[in-house]
Amino acid sequence: MIRVVLPAHLRTIARVDGEVELDVDGDVTQRSVLDALEATYPALRGTIRDQGTYRRRSFVRFFACEEDLSHEEPDAPLPEAVVRGAEPFLVIGAMAGG
Amino acid sequence: MTGVRVLVGTRKGAFVLTSDAKRKKWEVAGPHFAGWEVYHLKGSPMNPDRIYASQTSGWFGQVVQRSDDGGATWDTVGNDFTYDGVPGEHQWYDGSLRPWAFTRVWHLEPSLHDAETVYAGVEDAALFKSTDGGAQWTELSGLRQHDTGPQWQPGAGGMCLHTVLEHPTDADKLYVAISAAGAFRTSDGGTTWQPINKGLRSGEIPDQDSEVGHCVHRIDMHPSNPDVLYMQTHWDVMRSKDGGDTWHEVSGNLPSDFGFPISVHSHEPETVFVVPIKSDSEHFPPEGKLRVYRSRSGGDDWEALTNGLPQKDCYVNVLRDAMAVDTLDECGVYFGTTGGQVYASPDSGDSWAPIVRDLPAVLSVEVQTLR
Repeated sequence: MIRVVLPAHLRTIARVDGEVELDVDGDVTQRSVLDALEATYPALRGTIRDQGTYRRRSFVRFFACEEDLSHEEPDAPLPEAVVRGAEPFLVIGAMAGG
Repeated sequence: MTGVRVLVGTRKGAFVLTSDAKRKKWEVAGPHFAGWEVYHLKGSPMNPDRIYASQTSGWFGQVVQRSDDGGATWDTVGNDFTYDGVPGEHQWYDGSLRPWAFTRVWHLEPSLHDAETVYAGVEDAALFKSTDGGAQWTELSGLRQHDTGPQWQPGAGGMCLHTVLEHPTDADKLYVAISAAGAFRTSDGGTTWQPINKGLRSGEIPDQDSEVGHCVHRIDMHPSNPDVLYMQTHWDVMRSKDGGDTWHEVSGNLPSDFGFPISVHSHEPETVFVVPIKSDSEHFPPEGKLRVYRSRSGGDDWEALTNGLPQKDCYVNVLRDAMAVDTLDECGVYFGTTGGQVYASPDSGDSWAPIVRDLPAVLSVEVQTLR
């Protein structure tokens, strides 16, 4: 079970409280986790990554295990602790005023 | 109950303001979508319980919401605004070329003719259509792919398609306006488009007779006389009596030709409302006086409407989508300001009172007449 923490605005869109838990088939990567997230919560499509190019939106970051994974390749494996469910995959709205 | 529902989009959420037909006592509901920019909300003319909202954010992109119970509850619908084919390039402010890139939905126009059809005007400028209540969106790409497309360039707010007007009896006939490309018309449901900017005079463009490059801020019409169009541009207030084929200036005695919104009275096709704003960079009311101007003669002769509006030290703006009229027997007029006030007049503009004073900056105001 993969644990995902969403920013507050996206929890509201997805109508969830707290962490999201996802079953991910095959390799656990940014792409497979986000595919599973969007399949479970279609309202999140386009809010984390572009719907056409699948590129991460520029004001969104991905953290896990105290590391910034935002610039990792989408198909790179996520840390073992995320795969085991010991640590969550964090989707973060970049710090910016307004 | 006969009454009105005013739909307000702001920089930090949406609000729904309701009143009975007297339009004196108001209930304020919201914020919906708190913290998000809501560029526009609009109700279906065929089903007033159905309302669409454009919810957008620099962080999380575009969300479209739909209510089927008059704004009490909302559900997300489709938000995939992928351009048709290879998007191509348009001009940037300095004349260099830049790829078309979707940013947000500026305007949602539920159809007059079909309850499931809704149009979306977006930035970078394009027109999308949904025939299933917003679930799926398809670009009417003949507009963006018009021969003049590579010449289009943004206005200060971005290259946005902000106005969509449907002909009241011919569903295939639409008018749109783009800042700062100009106005366009289709007579075949959006397959082909014609620029309709003859007569516009736009300072600081090299060729005043250019087909495009005109900063149109807003267009409106009266449904009983759809060949007569009224337009507020960056430079003038304009009128067309031939469906946009030609335009002539009707700014007349306005204290400033510049402004954003323009609205036609719901029962008097020659009565028009504008809010003059000081140009170019100030973007606040002349002399610090917030005045709506009304012409009862289709323009040229304008009277200031001030009763109930601040007449000193007022430096707010009124944006292009932030004025609307209801269709009650005595026409109500509504507008919102960047200072967060929403004003209502229940008597065609003769007197005004604030519905609310302290919302976030108002981006759009629409009104539904409930019977």
